[in-house]
Amino acid sequence: MATLVLDGLRKSFGAVNVLKGIDLSLASGEMLVIVGASGCGKSTLMRLIAGLETPSAGQILLDGRDVTRLDPSARDIAMVFQNYALYPHMSVFDNMSYGLRIRGMAKDDIHNRVQEAAVLLGLGALLDRKPRQLSGGQRQRVAMGRAIVREPKLFLFDEPLSNLDATLRVTMRAEIRRLQRRMGVTSLYVTHDQVEAMTLGDRLLVMHQGIPVQLATPMEVFERPANTYVAGFIGAPAMNFLPATLSHGGTAAQLGIGPLIPFADGKRPGADGRTLTIGLRPEHVLPAPDGLPMQIDLIEPLGSETVIIGRLEGGDMMSVKLAGAAPASETMSIAIGAEHLHVFDAETGLRLDPTN
Amino acid sequence: MIGQSRNGTDWLAHGVLLLGALLFILPLWLMFAGSTQDSALISRGELSMLPNLAGLGVYADVLLHGASGGPPVWRMLLISFGMAMAVAIGKIAISVISAYAVTFFRFPLRMFCFWTIFVTLMLPVEVRIIPTFSVMADLNMVNTFPGLVVPLIASATATLLFRQTFLAIPDELMEAARMDGAGPWRFLKDILLPVSAANLAALFVILFVLGWNQYLWPLLVATDQGLTPVVLGIVQMIGTESATEWNKVMATGVLALIPPVVVVILMQRWFVKGLTEGEK
Repeated sequence: MATLVLDGLRKSFGAVNVLKGIDLSLASGEMLVIVGASGCGKSTLMRLIAGLETPSAGQILLDGRDVTRLDPSARDIAMVFQNYALYPHMSVFDNMSYGLRIRGMAKDDIHNRVQEAAVLLGLGALLDRKPRQLSGGQRQRVAMGRAIVREPKLFLFDEPLSNLDATLRVTMRAEIRRLQRRMGVTSLYVTHDQVEAMTLGDRLLVMHQGIPVQLATPMEVFERPANTYVAGFIGAPAMNFLPATLSHGGTAAQLGIGPLIPFADGKRPGADGRTLTIGLRPEHVLPAPDGLPMQIDLIEPLGSETVIIGRLEGGDMMSVKLAGAAPASETMSIAIGAEHLHVFDAETGLRLDPTN
Repeated sequence: MIGQSRNGTDWLAHGVLLLGALLFILPLWLMFAGSTQDSALISRGELSMLPNLAGLGVYADVLLHGASGGPPVWRMLLISFGMAMAVAIGKIAISVISAYAVTFFRFPLRMFCFWTIFVTLMLPVEVRIIPTFSVMADLNMVNTFPGLVVPLIASATATLLFRQTFLAIPDELMEAARMDGAGPWRFLKDILLPVSAANLAALFVILFVLGWNQYLWPLLVATDQGLTPVVLGIVQMIGTESATEWNKVMATGVLALIPPVVVVILMQRWFVKGLTEGEK
């Protein structure tokens, strides 16, 4: 149980700025998920916290103690790697107890801790096996066990589920969440998978090109994305964007393709004519008999729902998520309702909230 | 395809293998058969393919008393074994450490150091034999065991081999060990060496045989009979045609074969096991 504070953390490799200043504060026992496309600096951030890289500037405070220049082993942080990084020549027991043995813990204590963790992770019968005799999911568990037995102040998860198959990923995701809650260890979880991001985190940090774009609860990020990048990144299929201009004294958007849509939740700031980007999630696009005509390009049946990807008359792409099966035609007609609209400034990409 | 003509290919493959085996075994058998026969008979070229069991006593004779007034063969074998072990272990120890340094540590002139080691590939003992001898003479190491072994230990080949092995080890393994609190020595001892065990074993076999077969350097630096390794000893037993006790020469040849063969057989098992049990 510990707090983590990052203060103006920067990292550059030569001339390349990978992290352009991260300020972050984690409460004790919190699980923060860092999400972003590959190359956004999320893994570098994690390696800085772990101590595997040295920051170019800034501070890392763990439980109030400055650990910025400390060796990884002196930080009391445990990390679960993407490829597990189990020691191939050691048994599961030895893998899990290696860190404790180095720290010179008494044999009985090591034994008890490993047993405890093994029971918790369902590894009890596998302690004598070598990593190569284990399945992917079991290796993943051993990697977590190795982190757990250390009883560290902070857990770091570096895309731990990306090497597993889809079914196992769902199971392990739930297991990680349960375990983290139960142990109450402050955790940082890096992923590029938005489902993991949404389901695992108490809070979510979306990163883009070395900059933290939005830090909020998963639902907040989903419902009120801070800019068009976050809006497009979180949610599947991705949000639809349509160009528009502000009109009627800020109470409506004039879509580029024709219709005028009044805002249901209030007036937006700025003069009429301000260029906007209107965001609309696929599940909020509804078929309507006399709406906008749409040419259907692709139909993806997902069982309980269907995703239709098509093109509006102006050439804008539009995806629609329907409950049930898809209409058997090449065109459909959709309505863009006033509810559920996301309004962004077209130039800055930033969210425009109502001003009442 | 293998399934279809299984029987036919089997016979052919076995035939070729058998022929190859015969080709290799024949001279060895001839040497063994020759060692048990009368020296004069061999000199006249009347070498029988059948060993004369009564002549087996020659082995005890050469082991204990040597031939042509030279040192006893047990002593030569001991020197050879010591030399081969020291060369193999010394080379491995030095190369592991230097490969570890150039692979896992970032320090100034790292690549320069690596290339310096690399360039010495072009300078084996045979090329620099005069200056090396001169250095040994200056250090008063001529006719000493260290003088025999030390110049043979420096090795770029093994360093390169280990560098490749170490480069193939995922960085995460080192990072995981660092987070577990392992320092550089612990990582080397607990993780890196066990993980590279198969390569260590393979290299040990090669280097042991290489050390065992050294000829030129011992010839130059070990003029004292007490330091003669067996490979050199065999040659020194061959004097003028009539004075050479060929049965003793051949018996020594057989004895000289045994240790490297044993090492290969013992270690081969071990490193094949290491290879098949590897993670990938």
